[in-house]
Amino acid sequence: MQIAHFTERPVRYIAEEPVLENRAFFGVSNKFVDREKSAHDYNFYLDEACYCEEVGFDAVALNEHHGNPFCSGSVVNIEAAILARITSKAKIVIIGNMLPGVKHPLRVAEELATIDTISRGRLVAGWVRGAGSEQFFNNANPAYNREMFNEAHQFILDCWTKDGPWRYEGKHFHYRHVNPWVRPYQEMPQQWIPGVLSPETVMWCAEKQYPYLGLGTALGPTCDLWDMYADKSAELGYQAGPENFGYLLPVFCADTDEKAQEIGKGFIFGGGQNAFSRPEHTLPPGYNSKGAIRMLAQQPGGSWLGVSKAKMMASQDDSWDASAYDGLRAKLIAGYEKVQDNMQIVVGSPETCAKKIKDILGVIRPGVFTCFAIQGPVSDADRLRSVELLGKEVLPEIRRFADEKGLLGPFDRKPGSVKLAPGTKRAPVVDREALASLGLA
Amino acid sequence: MTTWKEEKQHLAGADLVMIRGGTGKPLLVLHDELGYTGWMSWNEALAKGRELIIPLQPGFGKSPRQDWMWRHRDLANYYLNVIREMGLEKPDVLAFSAGAYTAAEMAAANPELLGSIILVGPMGIKPDEGEIYDIFACTINTCLRQSVFNKEAKEYGEIYGGEMSAEQFELFEDARAESARIGWEPYMFNPSLPELLRSARNAKLPTLLIRGSEDAVVPQDCIRKYHDALPQADIVTIKGTGHRPEIEDSAEFVAAVKHFLA
Repeated sequence: MQIAHFTERPVRYIAEEPVLENRAFFGVSNKFVDREKSAHDYNFYLDEACYCEEVGFDAVALNEHHGNPFCSGSVVNIEAAILARITSKAKIVIIGNMLPGVKHPLRVAEELATIDTISRGRLVAGWVRGAGSEQFFNNANPAYNREMFNEAHQFILDCWTKDGPWRYEGKHFHYRHVNPWVRPYQEMPQQWIPGVLSPETVMWCAEKQYPYLGLGTALGPTCDLWDMYADKSAELGYQAGPENFGYLLPVFCADTDEKAQEIGKGFIFGGGQNAFSRPEHTLPPGYNSKGAIRMLAQQPGGSWLGVSKAKMMASQDDSWDASAYDGLRAKLIAGYEKVQDNMQIVVGSPETCAKKIKDILGVIRPGVFTCFAIQGPVSDADRLRSVELLGKEVLPEIRRFADEKGLLGPFDRKPGSVKLAPGTKRAPVVDREALASLGLA
Repeated sequence: MTTWKEEKQHLAGADLVMIRGGTGKPLLVLHDELGYTGWMSWNEALAKGRELIIPLQPGFGKSPRQDWMWRHRDLANYYLNVIREMGLEKPDVLAFSAGAYTAAEMAAANPELLGSIILVGPMGIKPDEGEIYDIFACTINTCLRQSVFNKEAKEYGEIYGGEMSAEQFELFEDARAESARIGWEPYMFNPSLPELLRSARNAKLPTLLIRGSEDAVVPQDCIRKYHDALPQADIVTIKGTGHRPEIEDSAEFVAAVKHFLA
């Protein structure tokens, strides 16, 4: 198993009220940026990544978002490039480069190859379509999102493998002289693909034999997607295994359960992940497939990515008492308990964290496990203590468990390398009995 | 009540679904960025003496999307070929909002093929003052509410009131997706259009510009810029209405159109 530490690098100094008033992180005015505190945070998160390496994480994972204080990382390759130099062993996992939003795949190919070269082969590239709100921020046409993603992805692979110079005239991208004089240190960096339940992305990963990383998704639907991936893999002639799957889970560890519970509320600061962006920014026109829209349309009472048809139909001038903070916070606290019951957030002492994480891993059997660090205004000391406890007390136990269960990561066994003869029944990739025993089936 | 029908024809290389109703000289109607709203009282009034031909824009759910169309200019040239293949003789064109943007591109590309153009709340030219409202950065309901000033208008409630069916929701999303595909950037305008309209100006193509006085989607300055490009245009402002004068004050709207077409 490969175990990674991930953080959104939250803006920790912002008050909660502007986020609640805005009903989301995306769109909160940047008038609240504090230069000094910002400089501290950016440097701290780099130091924190070094400490993760020191206490035993195999990898440090990072991403980027735009136009919101949920995640201060806006140019992920810059931070990754610094980590390439100041870390020495850890894989640098980028989840991921937002190809349609960047709009310049040649530049991305060069940046990533530079990171891989400086780190002497520690890059794990990840690709994302970008959240809905990123399409607005980057003025990336959402109706072409998947087309641009696919085209940019293939172009980057060609940049890394084809000898130049060559000319490229595609649909969305055009380059008359492709000949980057930096190529990845590795023959081909691994590519891990994060997602939040998009079946199209899962199928694409199965076709490419890329590990798919579920981003804190509920365990039941995650099992369904893993099965979908494995069915597709079997069709394509290989047995999917733990090396094809990763899982990212919000985890906060403190010396006692009580302390962890209190500080762990940072995960719901401002509404947490469900308040990343308002519905109109989450699903811009054309961003989702026709099938996904039909699913949304036909489940008016349901919720999908935290968005329901009812929410999509709501008006911005619907009543919203932005000053009723106490009531809003009470709702958030209720949600905090619920997501812990659902095991979508793990908060506690090292013993508590280890037990819950093992329960989760026993169900979905991933080969990559990523701890998503605490959000909200949590101090340097509390964050680092969580890293230390995880690294020194929780990780060893998880590694023992993973070894017992045969949870091989993509660096232990190449994804797609276990062949399956035509007509052979594939092996299970999840443990649904374990899911039932957790009361989450 | 006029009988209207929905029909599908293969035109200019693609299947195109159209609504047709009324008799008389053809009046080509181009709906707005949210799609065809159904046969309303203004359709009924204009169909007395005109044949309304309303293509349902490719990609809006019923007519299949055409991948080669990247811009309103492409759609405009497609519609010009539809006119040619249908054998329509200098049809008048009545067009709304983003549909009016397409109509203006048609006029720029081949004014001789058209009898006249009526542009209602036209997008397509960037205003110097104000901004064209971003219909993509809001929910459907917010967009609809933004588009009308007279929210008590009977037909507004008929079209958009009540619970939306799954089919309607899907059609709206189809419309928004296709509108984004061809109009996302530059947002609902073509920087070349004012110059390209020189052809329609030289041809003295009869033009009517209509805008609701309280339009919160297309600023007044868009009308000024259209008038700069097409000085032969008449301008009608319909008081007390927003971006949908045809349903907010149908009587005034129909009177203005009929007067122009007479």
